[in-house]
Amino acid sequence: MELQAVPPPILMVEGINVSLSGRQILHGVGFRIDAGEFTGLIGSNGAGKTTLLRVILGLETPTSGRVLLGGRPRSPRNPLIGYVPQKITLDPDMPLRARDLVGLGIDGHRFGFPRRSLTQKKLVNEMLDAVGATSFADARVGVLSGGEQQRVLIAHALISRPRLLLLDEPLANLDISSEQEIVDLVARIATEQQIAVLISAHDMNPLLPVMDRVIYVAAGRVASGTTEEVVTTEVLSHLYGHHVDVVHVNDRILVVAGRDTAAHHHADWRAC
Amino acid sequence: MFSGFMINAWEAATIVAIVAGVVGFFTVLRGSAFAAHALPNGAFAGAAGASLIGVNVIVGLGVFALLGALTIGGLGRRARQDVATALAIVMMLGLGALFLSMTTEYAPEIYSLLFGEVLGVSSNELLPTAGIGLVCVATVFILYRPLLLSSVLPDAAEARGVRGQQMDLAFLVVIALATTMAVPVVGSLLIFSLLIGPPAAARSFTNNPIKAMGLSVGFALGTVWAAIALSFASNLPIGFFVGAISACSYGVGRAWTGWRRTKPVPNAPRVLGSGVGV
Amino acid sequence: MLSVRFIGSLAPVFEPGFFSSSPVRVALIVGGVVAIVSGVVGTFTVIRGQAFAGHSLADIGTAGGSAAFLIGVSPFYGFVAMNLIAAGAMEMIGIRRPRGRDLATGIVLGAALGLAALFLYLDTTHSSTTGATINVLFGSIFELPSSLVPVIAVFSVVATGMVLVSYRPLLLSSLSPDLATTRGVPVRLVGIGYLIALAVAVSLSAVTIGAILSTALLIGPAAAALRLTKRAPFAMAIAAGIGVAATWLGILLAYDSYDWTPGHGWPVSFFVVSLVFVFYLVIHSSVGRTSARRHPASAEAA
Repeated sequence: MELQAVPPPILMVEGINVSLSGRQILHGVGFRIDAGEFTGLIGSNGAGKTTLLRVILGLETPTSGRVLLGGRPRSPRNPLIGYVPQKITLDPDMPLRARDLVGLGIDGHRFGFPRRSLTQKKLVNEMLDAVGATSFADARVGVLSGGEQQRVLIAHALISRPRLLLLDEPLANLDISSEQEIVDLVARIATEQQIAVLISAHDMNPLLPVMDRVIYVAAGRVASGTTEEVVTTEVLSHLYGHHVDVVHVNDRILVVAGRDTAAHHHADWRAC
Repeated sequence: MFSGFMINAWEAATIVAIVAGVVGFFTVLRGSAFAAHALPNGAFAGAAGASLIGVNVIVGLGVFALLGALTIGGLGRRARQDVATALAIVMMLGLGALFLSMTTEYAPEIYSLLFGEVLGVSSNELLPTAGIGLVCVATVFILYRPLLLSSVLPDAAEARGVRGQQMDLAFLVVIALATTMAVPVVGSLLIFSLLIGPPAAARSFTNNPIKAMGLSVGFALGTVWAAIALSFASNLPIGFFVGAISACSYGVGRAWTGWRRTKPVPNAPRVLGSGVGV
Repeated sequence: MLSVRFIGSLAPVFEPGFFSSSPVRVALIVGGVVAIVSGVVGTFTVIRGQAFAGHSLADIGTAGGSAAFLIGVSPFYGFVAMNLIAAGAMEMIGIRRPRGRDLATGIVLGAALGLAALFLYLDTTHSSTTGATINVLFGSIFELPSSLVPVIAVFSVVATGMVLVSYRPLLLSSLSPDLATTRGVPVRLVGIGYLIALAVAVSLSAVTIGAILSTALLIGPAAAALRLTKRAPFAMAIAAGIGVAATWLGILLAYDSYDWTPGHGWPVSFFVVSLVFVFYLVIHSSVGRTSARRHPASAEAA
């Protein structure tokens, strides 16, 4: 066999510890993502998924550990990453069209006024077409449905030709059929353009058909590998620190907590 | 109405309107109601102080407005909702009242600083006013893309190297400068109206952000010109007309939006449900 | 005796004629009463996180106060009428998209202030007094007609009474409207009662320290009090106490200031607002940040 230089992984996370307001959110988190891999970042709310994504993006500084993108430490502009945030925080009345938002993906970080060349306009149209957003390209971003917004956000992230697409809980606000459409869309684009995907979700089931690997987050720790390796009673119980059962029902996987640890909910009745 | 000293009024008002339209577009986009409220109050105290010690009012406005911008920028988002900042803002008004109480022109000065004056800018103040206005507009143009990105997708912007805090601070300074040049004409209590009325109306008529900014300037110009003309003709205060016209244009915009929503327009982009296949 | 020495040493603080001056006596009584109302009502304003609404209400009221001045009626009635209308409108618009509501409130604010500009201008030209602007915007606590005192007293009692009587349901529905509903509290009714009390409280302090400064007396002492205690009854009492102290001290300083800058005194409203601010800062920094978050929902959007 010939010795070939192994290209560095698109994303390498090593020994990440994060503390926020005195609480340890992430403990020694490490994993890697190689080119073209579709990876699900699975965990319930509060497990640390968002924090982990923020660390990768450079929005949060870990107390220790490092993040390597394409073998190199992160740069301020992160050109390798296309980030798809969960939603657009904007008044529905604001004058910003879908195509404007996608256009910002090209040069939103540059000073000055956007002067769109014909090539750029074509590119924007292509991206909108690729995500199926052409029919509402001129509509205000604020009045789009959850699924439509996700498409526009994906186009926005894709237009800068990233090597890694990072999606923060894109399925959270969607109904079931939209969920499936978005998953199919992302998987298709990822395969066509050989882009790695890291998509966070609290329910792994919509992703099962397309996931190559899974990173399961619980209590600030992760286990990564294929679904068969990671999503087992033994591995997850160890991860959670208490017994959980992994149940297969038809094609779905359910993770069910054991009897002894019910989640507590604290009502905050204190005066403001 | 177009002779002699009134030319100053028209020129000053035109500059003010252009700046207000441009800056107001982003003020409404970012929901910067707090800053647009707080900075003029601080500026008021500065103008009052300047009036007291005999310095040019624009200097007083500018110094206090910029100090306010730096303070608010330094406080960070969470502290802005703190009671201390609300109290500090009210305190600025009280301080302004104190300073003016020590001048001989207590009541008229307070009135014109708070509610504006058609002849608020004299001919030798026209150049500095225009200069400050130019800086404001140029800054907004230069920062247009990163400011827009960080207003709409703050985390994505941050990940691309656009520091939200820097954008916040830069925009606060822009509001401070806009305040400085606009208060002599429209007054510190009404500049808020001019900053949010025209852009709020403009957004009802277009989806395109650049067109919306242009329309915003157009509405601001219309508001200010009409206010001057009406004020000149009726001898009633310009502030009244600014407030009234802003409210009317906002109302017209809302009515137009409401009416358009009830009528399906054939070629308008249809917002589709979730049944769209890829 | 020590007490005589002590009182003697206080003499320079109270300039001659302080206690014998009739406007001062009226100011002390009215100011004290209004501070109590503001403190009691303001406690709930802070709990409900409605400081901005209270501030907007006060500014909108300027239109009413200046209109009243124009027709020769005490601005107080104008404030009350305008504030009640504005409070009612706010209640009807309700809580929809926060940003849209802020924008609409801002527009209405601008229109009301424009109206105030108009009325105040007409006040000064038609009634040949130059004091309208200062009177309406910054208060007229030393120029109150004694006929107004019983009116103020009645309104104060009513407003305070409404809050005290509905104190428990009001507290519950302020902390959690849903829980209050399930417990059988008429949340809408209680809310309307609170808004009426708020409109009256803002009008009262508009008379003493002015419409655009009245927010200080409403939220300053209350916010300071809530930093010292989490129990609403104590907070209301402490807020009232701080408000009264700031008001009385402000009146005293304003009276004394006639001798600092010969010819005229410094405005009472300036002293009161400054003292409220100082009290707040002192308590804020010495008590340290408690873990109560005032607006959990208004932290950075998800």
